Amino acid sequence: MNRDEFVETHKGTWLRTERLLDELKARTFEADHAELPSLYRRCCHHLALCRQRHYDAPLEARLHSIALRGYHRLYRRDVAGLADFARFFGAGFPRLVRRHAAMFWLAMFLFYGPGLAMGLLVLESPEAIYALLEPAQITQFEDMYREAPQIDRNSAEDFAAFGFYIFNNITIAFRTFAAGLFFGLGSVFFLSYNGLFLGGVFAHLTHAGSSGNLLTFVITHGAFELTALVLAGVGGLMLGASLISPGRRRRLDALRHTAPDALRIALGAGGLLVLAAFLEAFFSGSPWATPSAKILVGAFAWIGVALYLSLGGRRGT
Amino acid sequence: MRLDTERSRDTPEGVSLSLRVAGAPARGLAWALDLAIIFVISTLFGVLTAFLGSLGAGLYLIVFFLLIWGYGVVFELYRDGATPGKRSLGLRVVHDDGTPVSATASILRNFLRFADFLPFAYGAGLVSMLIDRDCRRLGDLAAGTLVIHDRPERFTTLPSAPPIAPPVALSRAERSAIVSFASRLGTWSPDRRIELADLVPPLTHAEGREAVQRLLGMAHHLLGRRTPRKDGLS
Repeated sequence: MNRDEFVETHKGTWLRTERLLDELKARTFEADHAELPSLYRRCCHHLALCRQRHYDAPLEARLHSIALRGYHRLYRRDVAGLADFARFFGAGFPRLVRRHAAMFWLAMFLFYGPGLAMGLLVLESPEAIYALLEPAQITQFEDMYREAPQIDRNSAEDFAAFGFYIFNNITIAFRTFAAGLFFGLGSVFFLSYNGLFLGGVFAHLTHAGSSGNLLTFVITHGAFELTALVLAGVGGLMLGASLISPGRRRRLDALRHTAPDALRIALGAGGLLVLAAFLEAFFSGSPWATPSAKILVGAFAWIGVALYLSLGGRRGT
Repeated sequence: MRLDTERSRDTPEGVSLSLRVAGAPARGLAWALDLAIIFVISTLFGVLTAFLGSLGAGLYLIVFFLLIWGYGVVFELYRDGATPGKRSLGLRVVHDDGTPVSATASILRNFLRFADFLPFAYGAGLVSMLIDRDCRRLGDLAAGTLVIHDRPERFTTLPSAPPIAPPVALSRAERSAIVSFASRLGTWSPDRRIELADLVPPLTHAEGREAVQRLLGMAHHLLGRRTPRKDGLS
């Protein structure tokens, strides 16, 4: 069979495959698309023949193009649905965190350790806060928490605050995760810096006599927000650890092996931050809950987060 | 050392498909286009929500957040692995085995964009792309993805000419070079065709337009044609 006879014989198959692929792409489905796998295999066979018989480059390019399109169509992976999403937050996420418990405690230490150290330092020598913050920022914090946080806003303003917390906090968390790609150093930096900041501000406001106001504001959403920041750090540290200590894999393979789990933990942290932003905008500063009520709800929130992460998904498969 | 950007992957059907890896300039241009699109959308949305007061401000920030972190993911998953910028340059994102990008890989490569951006203006990403032979940025390395050129091949017709048997025995590479020359004739200016055909006087024993015609005739002969006819494919 020479080249022209080959084309004459099989042209119909190629045109049908191309039309089917076009239809699948445009989602019109006029042809029988169950035919695709067999058509695709035949085109692959023709491509192999074309190469083996050294037919011309344009013919090979066209068959290659059909085979590649068919390959892309048949070997695509399905996108996760809503049910997967619910199952993830119901069980998969806390399980994943427990599987990486060592990394979790390391991230907790990297966040709360510097926070505690900075707090004690500022309590001992109040001027130490100026090493971390500008005087203007310090005045701002003092003004913000001089009174108990009874911010009188209408619901539209609450919503604006919600948008800001979503944008700001989740961006910080995802950056903490992504920066872990540099051997974990970026995550260590973001965790420790935020810890220092929190500890410093708390201690400084204790001197100013208004740390109680700050506590009533942050305690409820902080349970989710601070834990989420730590968890985003866990994801970043996992990326870093896989590069530093790849075990029996090559570094790049170790990174690829770890990255999906690390990403899932960071995404779970993003979910917690949506909850935190909601509470921070609509509850933490609201005038309708008394400070003692906020402390009580906050205590339950911390217990709830701890129970969720330690017990979530233990039963069932 | 191989200098071209073609990478081949074997499929279960027993053929190897070749992927043409995209370089930094094409990817940079696609990114600039996407950035412009994000800028236009967020500006338009900002103007619209400005009329809604505080409610609009909150809405704007949420949409801006979703645009920044979700733009690449949504297009890569639901639009055949290509954002509008990539599509306009004929690029698409695939796994390094050539299969379409999965949700995990797409989210990973888009979230790690921040690491590529450091210290400024995609510094880390650019260095990674220049070092790596598959031109991958850090996000691609972690997610196991490639950005490839993905233009469907258009079929070309050989201009008709009387078949001529080549005067000497030709190697496989030489035969394929002659057929490729003939099939790409239409994309060159007449001067360029003559310039290329004049490179092989021992084969054509002619110059100028006559040389081009003879090479074309040999291409027809090599494709198995023995009598004048027009190419059967269009």
